[in-house]
Amino acid sequence: MNRPRLVDGARLQYDEVREEHLLLVPEGAVRLNATAAAVLELCDGERSADDIAAALSERYAGADVSADVAELLGGMRDRGLVIDAAA
Amino acid sequence: MPPPRPYTLIAELSYQCPLHCPYCSNPVDIGGERYRHELETEHWTRAFHEARRLGVLQLALTGGEPMLRKDLDELVAAGRDAGLYSTLVTAGTRFTRERAEQLKAAGLDHVQVSIQSPDPEENDRIGGVRSFEKKIAAARAARELGFPLTINCVLHRQNLDRIEEILALAEELDAQRLELANTQYYGWAVLNQDALLPTRAQLERGEAAVQRFRERVGPRITVLWVLPDLYEDLPKPCMGGWAQSAIVVTPNGEALPCQAAATIPGLTFPNLREHSLEWIWNEADAFNRFRGTDWMQEPCRSCPLGRQEEDFGGCRCQALRLTGDAAATDPVCRFSPHHAKVVEARESGRSDDFTYRTMRRPSRRPRTAGV
Repeated sequence: MNRPRLVDGARLQYDEVREEHLLLVPEGAVRLNATAAAVLELCDGERSADDIAAALSERYAGADVSADVAELLGGMRDRGLVIDAAA
Repeated sequence: MPPPRPYTLIAELSYQCPLHCPYCSNPVDIGGERYRHELETEHWTRAFHEARRLGVLQLALTGGEPMLRKDLDELVAAGRDAGLYSTLVTAGTRFTRERAEQLKAAGLDHVQVSIQSPDPEENDRIGGVRSFEKKIAAARAARELGFPLTINCVLHRQNLDRIEEILALAEELDAQRLELANTQYYGWAVLNQDALLPTRAQLERGEAAVQRFRERVGPRITVLWVLPDLYEDLPKPCMGGWAQSAIVVTPNGEALPCQAAATIPGLTFPNLREHSLEWIWNEADAFNRFRGTDWMQEPCRSCPLGRQEEDFGGCRCQALRLTGDAAATDPVCRFSPHHAKVVEARESGRSDDFTYRTMRRPSRRPRTAGV
């Protein structure tokens, strides 16, 4: 995926009642762990998957997260939640 | 055990509607005194914040036609301010480009536009008013502004054979979701059951068309296909179970566990004007009456399939309507001693004539000056 972004109308939100990260979508909510939320926050349609992995790697003391990022974005794409802004 | 946290607030802002759909699930007495005094802006605003604190994430602004509320933009903004994800469920006739822009600015998240049929003439006949072109324009305006779009089309015998056209129209309009809900028999739909009930062959063709579409289009468009449960032999978890995940509030402020719950005698529905949503959800008798599984009778109590927490005994309103007892097993269930009534209903008489939804009382006397 070249420049991932959230599909129209998807909104990231932290649910203070349930104390979890959510991706709110039309008539639904996808529960996210903290890492997934961090990845999706960076999906702005400008950054590439590599840019996202590099930014997160910096946050996590240089760990290589590119495989995790690719897997997460692939799963989100298959569910129609993330699309490629470049396509 | 404390009740589960609700996810959805269904805010029926007004029962006024430009359409007259014969399958409408609104109560048949929408024109009566009970619903005349709509809530004030501040009642709804307070309810949205209380709902979020209870755990609600999704706000459905519906009706009737929610676009007829003069304070809709304010209500949309209040929903966003409370942290709710808002859906406008509209017939589309008043959702012009200009109104769409205003609602976008107010913070509306998602637009759901109903169509009655993909064929303009049939659409207008079923809705009882000319509206097709405006609906299409509404859907296009929503997409132009980047709203995610759901098209919903309630299915029944008189439009089910157009399912391929409905699917094609949703794709052409760039909808992200298509809700194909076969009519459920509540409210006005009960009066029109003879004109609406599909044949099994229609349903099978419809389901096959949906399947082919899903395979071709993939995750780009989500198609929801809801069977009419009269053709099932195990009940649906109506509303995800009584008072398990959703709260319905009527235009006059009554809080209900489902849109049709007012048909159940002996239940008193708390009003938002007098109670907090938290008290209503946790304490009100109407919400606790059929919550969970303790209220169940046989055959639910010793369900041979152990489905008590899967289907919650099915629909209370349907149980009442077909067995006379709201606490009975939903007779859709093959283990219900009343299941034959459901089988019989599938063969009910056929007539294409509609009783249209109206807020006028059928026997209303002619209006006279000064009255």
